[in-house]
Amino acid sequence: MANPASLCAAVTGASAIADEFSGPHGPRPRRTLSRRNVFLYGTLILVAVYYLLPLYVMVVTSLKGMPEIRLGNIFSPPVEITFEPWVKAWAQACTGLNCDGLSRGFWNSVQITVPSVIASIAIASVNGYALANWRFKSAEVFFTILIVGAFIPYQVMIYPIVIILREIGLYGSLWGLVIVHSIFGMPILTLLFRNYFASVPEELFKAARVDGAGFWAIYFKIMLPMALPIFVVAIILQVTGIWNDFLFGVVYTRPDTYPMTVQLNNIVNSVQGVKEYNVNMAATILTGLVPLIVYFVSGKLFVRGIAAGAVKG
Amino acid sequence: MRDEIARRPTKLWRNLNAKIASIPMVLTAVFVFAGGTAWTVLYSFTNSKLLPRLNFIGLTQYERLWETPRWHVAIENLLVYGSLSLVFQLVIGFLLAALLDQKIRFEDTFRTIFLYPFALSFIVTGLVWQWLLNPDYGVQSVVRSLGWESFSFDPLYNSEIVIYGILIAALWQGTGLVMCLMLAGLRGIDEDIWKAARVDGIPMWKTYLFIIIPMMRPVFITTLVIIASGIVRVYDLVVAQTSGGPGIASEVPAKYVYDYMFFAQNLGQGFAASTMMLLSVMIVVVPWAYLEFGRRRHG
Repeated sequence: MANPASLCAAVTGASAIADEFSGPHGPRPRRTLSRRNVFLYGTLILVAVYYLLPLYVMVVTSLKGMPEIRLGNIFSPPVEITFEPWVKAWAQACTGLNCDGLSRGFWNSVQITVPSVIASIAIASVNGYALANWRFKSAEVFFTILIVGAFIPYQVMIYPIVIILREIGLYGSLWGLVIVHSIFGMPILTLLFRNYFASVPEELFKAARVDGAGFWAIYFKIMLPMALPIFVVAIILQVTGIWNDFLFGVVYTRPDTYPMTVQLNNIVNSVQGVKEYNVNMAATILTGLVPLIVYFVSGKLFVRGIAAGAVKG
Repeated sequence: MRDEIARRPTKLWRNLNAKIASIPMVLTAVFVFAGGTAWTVLYSFTNSKLLPRLNFIGLTQYERLWETPRWHVAIENLLVYGSLSLVFQLVIGFLLAALLDQKIRFEDTFRTIFLYPFALSFIVTGLVWQWLLNPDYGVQSVVRSLGWESFSFDPLYNSEIVIYGILIAALWQGTGLVMCLMLAGLRGIDEDIWKAARVDGIPMWKTYLFIIIPMMRPVFITTLVIIASGIVRVYDLVVAQTSGGPGIASEVPAKYVYDYMFFAQNLGQGFAASTMMLLSVMIVVVPWAYLEFGRRRHG
């Protein structure tokens, strides 16, 4: 179905069948409202509305006051737009004893995400490069363990990592979490980079070797500049993945270093006090905003990232 | 050339930099993935409580596990949630991909809309759907206010159907990914197949069902493995949407493990439960890896 011409044929073919049973024969004027198109676009638009509805309800709810929420319908647009819930979610919402809002979680998440993305990509790209261009015995064995490890449920490895981090004195700190993200990002990213570097023409590598370039020189001067697109894909993959993480955040950090997702869950699902649905929804949007922005800005690269992530194994 | 490097009698230091650079990978593979897994399996045979202790008690933890009603609920939920989400994600994902593959206008827009929930975390997804399914303000109250007074749809507060409430949210979040994979698979189908089918006058749905889908077998299998290994891990979504409630009605194995390790301070029980999770993943992954590996070996 990749060729527009064949598609035209398909469209006219379909309408020709419909023609036999209805109306006059002969050449028809261009029809954009064929039964097929109505069905096709109708279904797609219906599904699109369904997919967009939660986002719409989130935004609408976060802009209403509580009295309006109690009386009205979650789908109706706000009568009186108020940004107070957003301010409250950002700066005043309470988790336990702290009442400084989601902002703390946001900055924690930034502090976790930035070094984790850099560390995991740095490690994985070097791994991928070593695996693709500098094969040494036993490297493939470790790589296979890594790929198999990608399928092991995290719950199996959570506790041993707690022990490892405790031994090296990083349990509960942001750096411990950075290590954890580097570990669990490694299988997919290494695979991503290995496959990319393996597709680079070998002559390039050979020539550089003849010129006397070593491991790091080839990596920094030749491979790195060439692999920029794949680095962007990896960054997209990691930023959304690490920002959205909940499990590692809740296991390996303490309440004052909780990432945003954990704090959001604590704010919304806390049992004390009156439920302020508008504040909850504002907080939810705020937490989803970073990955959403990454998604909408990156467009096709995001798709490429998940497709790359999907071909594990 | 690569083979030459490998075969040439090099001195150890020639590849030394590559080996040094691979240290993080080796450490991760050996100590975390292989070592950590072995450690957990080993300690699942002990009676570790607050701290891990090597005091072996055989299969007692597993016996206890399978006697716990909460674990039974968790497993039942996982089976219902898992099988339904597998089927629905594959069917809906494929249908959406097939619709998008009709050379329609605004394909990018539609694809962007179907995929955006995938960028959101399970926590955000769970909280949104918790709000939409809120019986006092959400969908139920809206339908009631339209005149259908007896309408009842409160999955998150009804222990009989709570798992379907979670399923709805999971489908909204994950179907876009399946659609994307399927679309990539459909784009990989040779144009001539379609031409041949059209010349033979085979209706489109028949072409899809009997020609295209069998051809996309590898894509389906990969997708299946991805969905399946995600299903076993389901945790954040349940925590955000219901916290396992009402009561223990929406418990899942991953939550059971976490609660026993970090709240109930019954490590041995948590290890046993996580080993069961590992086992269930292996049942899916090992045959698949074997097939993939075997196929590659035969060229």
